[in-house]
Amino acid sequence: MKGFRYIDGVATLALNEDVCIGCGNCGTVCPHSVFTLVSGKARIVDHDGCMECGACANNCPVTAIAVTPGVGCASYVIQKWWMDLRGKEGPITCC
Amino acid sequence: MTQNLLNIPVFQPEDDSPCCGSSVAPPADVSERAGYTICRFVDGFVDTGAGLVPRVATHLTWRDRIGAAKVRLGAWRDSYLVSPGLYCVGDPGQESPVLVTANYKLTFDSLRRELSTQDVWILVLDTRGVNVWCASAHKTFGTDELLQRIETSELGKVVNHRRLIVPQLGASGVDAQAIKSASDFEVVWGPIRAGDIPQFLADANKADAAMRKLTFTLAERLVLAPVELAMTIKPTLLILVVMLVVSGLGPGFFSLGVAWPRWLFFATALLVGLLSGVVLVPALLPWLPFRAFYLKGILVALPTAAGVIFWFGSSFWPEVVAQVLICLTASSYLAMNFTGATPYASPSGVEKEMRRAIPAQIVMTLVAVALWVANPFLG
Repeated sequence: MKGFRYIDGVATLALNEDVCIGCGNCGTVCPHSVFTLVSGKARIVDHDGCMECGACANNCPVTAIAVTPGVGCASYVIQKWWMDLRGKEGPITCC
Repeated sequence: MTQNLLNIPVFQPEDDSPCCGSSVAPPADVSERAGYTICRFVDGFVDTGAGLVPRVATHLTWRDRIGAAKVRLGAWRDSYLVSPGLYCVGDPGQESPVLVTANYKLTFDSLRRELSTQDVWILVLDTRGVNVWCASAHKTFGTDELLQRIETSELGKVVNHRRLIVPQLGASGVDAQAIKSASDFEVVWGPIRAGDIPQFLADANKADAAMRKLTFTLAERLVLAPVELAMTIKPTLLILVVMLVVSGLGPGFFSLGVAWPRWLFFATALLVGLLSGVVLVPALLPWLPFRAFYLKGILVALPTAAGVIFWFGSSFWPEVVAQVLICLTASSYLAMNFTGATPYASPSGVEKEMRRAIPAQIVMTLVAVALWVANPFLG
């Protein structure tokens, strides 16, 4: 994904290295090579490369990873804001 | 005796001569079921411990290609799907691999076309006709659905092993550990692209680094443009109708003679802006400065807006400013919308960008409309 970088310093991704057991699942499922294993522990090597898809947190066996997953889609955000504005809840069509 | 999809001999009357004015149809195949029709991509059935499993063709027909072209153009996207359940290609046995996929037909087709040399089972999940990645974000390509589909397809009776190859992009929805503990099936993360599956299988279910990384090539970016454009048709037509009325308003109340050339100018600026955002931004994406998409949209529309002004030869400043703003805003909005089609925009980033973009786009629109309405009174 050279040449494709999005806004820095916003990703909600956090890794608790104390809890990590070094299984490497996060590195396997991450589509942007955000993680690497260093001496038996996962480490975030490209925090700004994270697109918050949530694959790592979903597949971490010890809940060492936290991320607020979502869809990086403007029309989704607009619909969500519009619902919030009217104080309504309802299905959002996206993708 | 005739051959059928199962190669089981069936009874056929000796006398096949025409009756009742036309020839009789061949006898029903044993794979037929009352009330069902066999899908065109099914070219046979394989008998398994869980009954007949449809075998699908690995070459796409003109029907599949026309279907793909239609959804790529933005039509019939909501119902382009296959029935969920177990399928197969080739001649799989009890040790053959099981590939898991979504029931969006475009996804299903791009998978089966890569499997011409394989003997594998394909477990199709009910993702409501949505691709693997988007569906996994919404958890329809998810743990619960996969568990249920293993159950209803009786996969345990079809294969002896307990391994599922799930596409890596399904990992946001599928929790491998939960699958293992609830079903005894182990999830092996397959490659991102279907085209890498033969190599992945040949390498004993190992994906190299390149198979695990996303790409966003020029073709992958541009194939999305027609759909993005199709989604703007309705609002664009509405805007054009409203603006035809607005364009004619002037000191003499309403004049079609005034409205037409002004409307043509407006419509051109709007369409050029839309195309700039939908085609130029994706095409030039890796080379455009700025991280935020709404700024990329404004940037690419600067030269195209200048082209529109030059083409219409306008030099009256309120008109020029209004048209430039219309073109820039349309491009900016659609560029921002393209975030949803990219494989790298984070939701936090999109929200941050939109908190600036939306107010900017609203102000630009209001200024453009105000100048456009005031134009005939100023001139």
